[in-house]
Amino acid sequence: MTAPLLSLRGISKSYGEVRANQGVDLDVAPRSIHAILGENGAGKSTLMKLIYGVEQPDDGTVAWQGEILSLASPAEARRKGIGMVFQHFSLFETLTVVENIQLVVQGRKADLIDRVKALGRDFGLEVDPLADVHALSVGERQRVEIIRCLMTDPKLLILDEPTSVLPPQSVGKLFETLRRLRDGGVSILFISHKLDEIRAICDRATILRAGRVTGNVDPREHDAHDLARMMIGRDMPEPMPALPRSGGEKQLEIVGLDYRPDDPFAVPLSNISLTVRAGEILGIAGISGNGQSELSALISGETRLPREATDRIFMMGQDVGTFGAAARRRLGFAFVPEDRLGRGAVPEMSLVLNSLLTAHPLGLKRHGLVDRAKAAAFTKDCIRQYDVRTPGPEAEAGALSGGNLQKFIVGREIMLAPRLLFVAQPTWGVDIGAASAIRRRLVALRNEGMAILVISEELEELFELCDFIQVLYHGTLSDPLVTRDTRPEEIGRYMIGAHSAAAKALA
Amino acid sequence: MTAPTTAFLPTLVRRERASLLAALIAPPVALAVATALNLALYVLMGRDPVAVVHAMLLEPFLSWASFSEVLLKAGPLLLIAQGLAIGFRAKVFNIGAEGQFILGAIFASSIPVWFPQATGQWIWPLMLLLGAIGGALWASITAFWRVRLNASEILVSLMLSLVATQLLNYLLLGPWKDPAGFNFPQSVMFQYDAMVPMLFAGTRVNVSLILTIVLSLAAWVFMQKSFTGYKLQVGGLAPRAAGYAGFSEGRAIWLSLLIGGFAAGLAGAAEVAGPLGQLQRSISTGYGYAAIIVAYLGGLHPLGIIASAMVMAVLYIGGDNAMVSANLPIAAVRVFQGSLLLAYLVAVAFVRYRLEWPRAAHRSPS
Repeated sequence: MTAPLLSLRGISKSYGEVRANQGVDLDVAPRSIHAILGENGAGKSTLMKLIYGVEQPDDGTVAWQGEILSLASPAEARRKGIGMVFQHFSLFETLTVVENIQLVVQGRKADLIDRVKALGRDFGLEVDPLADVHALSVGERQRVEIIRCLMTDPKLLILDEPTSVLPPQSVGKLFETLRRLRDGGVSILFISHKLDEIRAICDRATILRAGRVTGNVDPREHDAHDLARMMIGRDMPEPMPALPRSGGEKQLEIVGLDYRPDDPFAVPLSNISLTVRAGEILGIAGISGNGQSELSALISGETRLPREATDRIFMMGQDVGTFGAAARRRLGFAFVPEDRLGRGAVPEMSLVLNSLLTAHPLGLKRHGLVDRAKAAAFTKDCIRQYDVRTPGPEAEAGALSGGNLQKFIVGREIMLAPRLLFVAQPTWGVDIGAASAIRRRLVALRNEGMAILVISEELEELFELCDFIQVLYHGTLSDPLVTRDTRPEEIGRYMIGAHSAAAKALA
Repeated sequence: MTAPTTAFLPTLVRRERASLLAALIAPPVALAVATALNLALYVLMGRDPVAVVHAMLLEPFLSWASFSEVLLKAGPLLLIAQGLAIGFRAKVFNIGAEGQFILGAIFASSIPVWFPQATGQWIWPLMLLLGAIGGALWASITAFWRVRLNASEILVSLMLSLVATQLLNYLLLGPWKDPAGFNFPQSVMFQYDAMVPMLFAGTRVNVSLILTIVLSLAAWVFMQKSFTGYKLQVGGLAPRAAGYAGFSEGRAIWLSLLIGGFAAGLAGAAEVAGPLGQLQRSISTGYGYAAIIVAYLGGLHPLGIIASAMVMAVLYIGGDNAMVSANLPIAAVRVFQGSLLLAYLVAVAFVRYRLEWPRAAHRSPS
């Protein structure tokens, strides 16, 4: 092996009592696409923050091209030749592509435009430098982020779960770009928990579990099963096959819903129709930003339709268009929103108080006063049943990792025993083991006769769960597709709007 | 970005969780810093700091008579602050307690002004009740516009305070002026039964202090134990979580403002039916505004507010003493209050943030 570009030895980092990284060694070779694989909470993000200078390690050394390095800030990392593309983009939507780049890279606008075009040609990153960012698709925004990093001539590019936001068709294009970058002399650290992708593109994989390195392999020589075992330390449970059934009562019905939001950046919805029956899971596929958040707020009752718009949304057979969120919940509706902090949970409050948020009708209050003991019992129950890793029920919700908080919220909503359960992004940021547990639970609830609506960006998940899938694209919803008779590529075409009227519609 | 690394300045870093220690020591630290700053100011002004400290911070405790005055001052501050704090926890910023206080005083005064001959022990309780209702009604104007038109409750309530002052002026210069009062802008002196009974003989402390303490405890139960109080807090901490759970924002705004107005109005009534004994133009010496400081200094916690109301009352009484004995200007108390709030707001930032000194920069090889 050639001398490594980046070499970590004995890196440790703790946050309070949480030991995010313990004695991590990592060598990244030049011209390599190197995967960092691990469950959520395994310490991947912490490790990247240490490499990128966002945080400093408690212990251990970082060597860059053979020289010991101590980075105080991302700016310093960029000067050394380390670039990073975060999972959540940091672009200003109201500025153009080149204006966003100008914020970080010095130079005249005309030169920058030329360089953006040249990089686009060389690496397959086509994007119009003068386009406004809010008009770009997610894939294009990601390209802008990558271009912005490439502007500073990095030797190492860190990509944090880059494919999680992309439709299947764009993933191939991203991989092509990454290969060209590698051939051009850039090493790439590729963070992911999608095993197939890692096997497709990476030549090296370092596997993290609970903050320690548990494997250092060539992913092409191991199958997904092996990698998964190194990652979660046990065999992956088989998903529970969904028994086909139908004919239950309609618990949610939306008929020709049009919605024009006040916010100019929100997505208007037109002619949305869907039906969820008892004992059925309907999935809504689509890339975020195609109207998912608008639709989910309309279903949950957080956004109400104007008074004149009646007969559009029905729950358990009642017209609920003008019902508030609480009234809909009283009908037997429960909801897991896509944002956990600040919406599904109050970050500054303990888990006990967060249980109260929606579970208060389960006898957690008495004579208008909070019944602390009952709320604590409920919370303990939820923590145990849904394997929420936390110091205890009095921990603040904001102190939990994203995946654990998600488990808590999903658990809380299921424990309400709703007739209609709506879950947006059920397993976002949840580790594989817990994700499959959540999915199996959803399928079991469906088999017991619950009506379930799922919005997800992850196609695999929808295929594992749903009886029917509808695709949301630009505020319109496709006809329902029977999951068993549909291939993922077909859904993928809907997701990028390539599918026209030639849909395999369900009568 | 490419900004030069500020190598010597510490940066504020968000804590993993709120620091209880910082939350507890923030008020005393703020008090100490504000005291030090103001003493330095007095020295610059050429006053004797020892005399000022003695007059301001010690004298109020040195005799029962002056301490009873502290209790008397603490009453309205405590009552108003408890009401405001409930709204502040829900992020409903009622800045107009001053106006609600005045309306409470006006409503309460209506009975002795219109029925000066009435007798009976029912009068003063009815006055207190009317005062509370008056304050709540005045606050409801703010609530209405906030819920209906999304008008800022800060501006509306603040400006309504100015309106309330003018209303008071109108009444005292016109219809409610004491005919035998030598044209002074004040109402008739209230009859005996329109006065809240005294609590301790020889002082001006009356039964409303007990009421205030009972209501403080009620505020504690409401905010810490009741589900309605919980809903208000959720609305304040995470408005989208309140929307998600279906807690009505409009109801939270109404409730917050009505409680704040009720408490301020009650305080206003207790003031005219207590130490003043008549409606005057100077019924409030900025209680409504000082109570905002009291609420925050007490950490918006009902028990903390009891302590901070005492501190603020000492400052009032001590400030009066210092004006006389150490020749301080009248603005000195206001400056002290303002710097106290400022110091507290800085100190409280450290509950959720900590300072991080640049340490990696020293080790940097370049």
